[in-house]
Amino acid sequence: MTCRAGFVYSEDFRTYRFRDDHPFNQLRVTLAYELLQSIGAITEKELISPRMATEEELLLVHEKPYVEAIKKASSGKLSEEEGFEFGVGTEDTPMFEGMHEASSLLVGGTLSAVDAVMQDKVDHALNLGGGLHHGFQRKASGFCIYNDGAVAIQYIREHYQAKVLYIDTDAHHGDGVQWAFYDDPNVCTLSVHETGRYLFPGTGNVNERGIKEGYGYSFNIPVDAFTEDESFMHVYETAFREVIEYFKPDVIVTQNGADAHVLDPLTHLCCTSQLYEFIPQIAHKLAHEYCGGKWIALGGGGYDIWRVVPRAWAQIWNVMAHNEPAEGPLPKEWLAKWQQEAPVQLPSSWHDASGLYKEIPRKLEITEKNEKVLEKAMQFIQLKHNLPK
Amino acid sequence: MLVEEVMKTEVISLRANETIETALKLLNDHHIRHIPIVDEHHHVIGIVSDRDVRDASPSVFQIEQDKEALQNTLESIMSSPVITAHPLDFVEEIASIFYEHEIACVPVTKANKLVGIITEKDMLYTMIQLTGVTVQSSQIEIKVIDKPGILPEVTAVLGRRKTNITSVLIYPYQPDSTYKVLVFRLQTMNPMPVIEDLKAEGYEVLWPNMPGMEQ
Repeated sequence: MTCRAGFVYSEDFRTYRFRDDHPFNQLRVTLAYELLQSIGAITEKELISPRMATEEELLLVHEKPYVEAIKKASSGKLSEEEGFEFGVGTEDTPMFEGMHEASSLLVGGTLSAVDAVMQDKVDHALNLGGGLHHGFQRKASGFCIYNDGAVAIQYIREHYQAKVLYIDTDAHHGDGVQWAFYDDPNVCTLSVHETGRYLFPGTGNVNERGIKEGYGYSFNIPVDAFTEDESFMHVYETAFREVIEYFKPDVIVTQNGADAHVLDPLTHLCCTSQLYEFIPQIAHKLAHEYCGGKWIALGGGGYDIWRVVPRAWAQIWNVMAHNEPAEGPLPKEWLAKWQQEAPVQLPSSWHDASGLYKEIPRKLEITEKNEKVLEKAMQFIQLKHNLPK
Repeated sequence: MLVEEVMKTEVISLRANETIETALKLLNDHHIRHIPIVDEHHHVIGIVSDRDVRDASPSVFQIEQDKEALQNTLESIMSSPVITAHPLDFVEEIASIFYEHEIACVPVTKANKLVGIITEKDMLYTMIQLTGVTVQSSQIEIKVIDKPGILPEVTAVLGRRKTNITSVLIYPYQPDSTYKVLVFRLQTMNPMPVIEDLKAEGYEVLWPNMPGMEQ
């Protein structure tokens, strides 16, 4: 199966930059893109140029005073005191010049991806610059200013009247998107993430199921710290299949944070490249089974920008456009160029070598715990199936 | 925190001469579990719980013959006297009352008149908020010597990084009483710089940690 796919890309994604030593670094998008180029997996005509989101589009999700504040911050006119209310000027989300434009471009990129898919120009589209799932209505948080995923979903609702399934596999809970649609029965969110016991944002408990009309349309699977590939893949696939069968969406939006990898400095999960080959394959398959292929994939977290993110993200495209992940050694040209810049030794092949981490002493218990959480999360669907119609 | 900040002020109450059937309907309609019973001056003279009502209701197997049981007055089943609280009481005191008396609800009175109600559920919600888990945050735990002045020393390290603290809890360190564990919820997605600062100052940061795993 070869699909028509679009890759949203611009060098300008890198204008979304807080500080030199800040963990969120959009150079990773360039690294993934160049990796794909050097294996010849992507052609010019598959590229989609991101547009700027208009203010009206940002207001689909964000409040006017917030957008105004970001615009002020963008030109250095927002005081530290004023910024506090809107979550900017913190260690996580510092103010920087041009932040409104840089953030609007990431949102616009996701909207470009949406239009390409919904207008049937392509089957799938990928915007690695997006996936900023912690952005709130009137507050920046967790490195996210505008929430491109939430804006895009609301845009799909209003322009295409389609039912949207949002799948978030970032190691951090997809809170911003979840809360934006918490009472909406036409948008179903499923987030698989490390438990919030220690990890930001602390939410995403299995009992968060939505409210009012939206009750039963939010799903959360918080997996334990030190979870490994097998268990993550199992809960992800099982939940994805059950939820999609129950919800029957018209289109799938995935957020593909790559921070569940064992090398990621901000989280405590122990996954490897295997997970990032698996995640897009299931999304791809189910998009064809349920949505006529309609699938928009976004980036997200991922803070080991050298060893983890480029490979993980390139595999989304490989699956999307060529139906299978790449394997074997990484291209010499790419390694040679970027090894000079990287402060760490780059991996030499698509798959991680074994022995990347020490054996996890409580693997069995962790797997069992995750299985229980999965059961609890899916219980709602099973109960609903068993009720008389 | 004071009771008046936590209590519900819209209280459904009944008079002693009303029927069990009325109480049953109110309990069901409003999804509540307790009804204070008041006199004509709005003084609390009793309380009826869902269990009192259930105990006084006919069995589902005997509905027909015993329906008149529901026509008895609330006076016949209410608990009295009632433990009440004052709006200026501390919520922690109410938690102790719940625990010691094995009850799950106290009416709140001011000048002997009913002004509010506080339930186990309100209390639990307050406790949940105190832990800070309802606010976006990362949790870190630090083992410190149990001595005066240690908390400001630690928070100074957090302050230098402009990290906003959502909540602080202090637990005894079970294996050794000369230490305590400080639990902070911090409003940051990246606690690593703070953790490194703390380690550099010689503090032991307990992390989602398990035997045999590197921190």
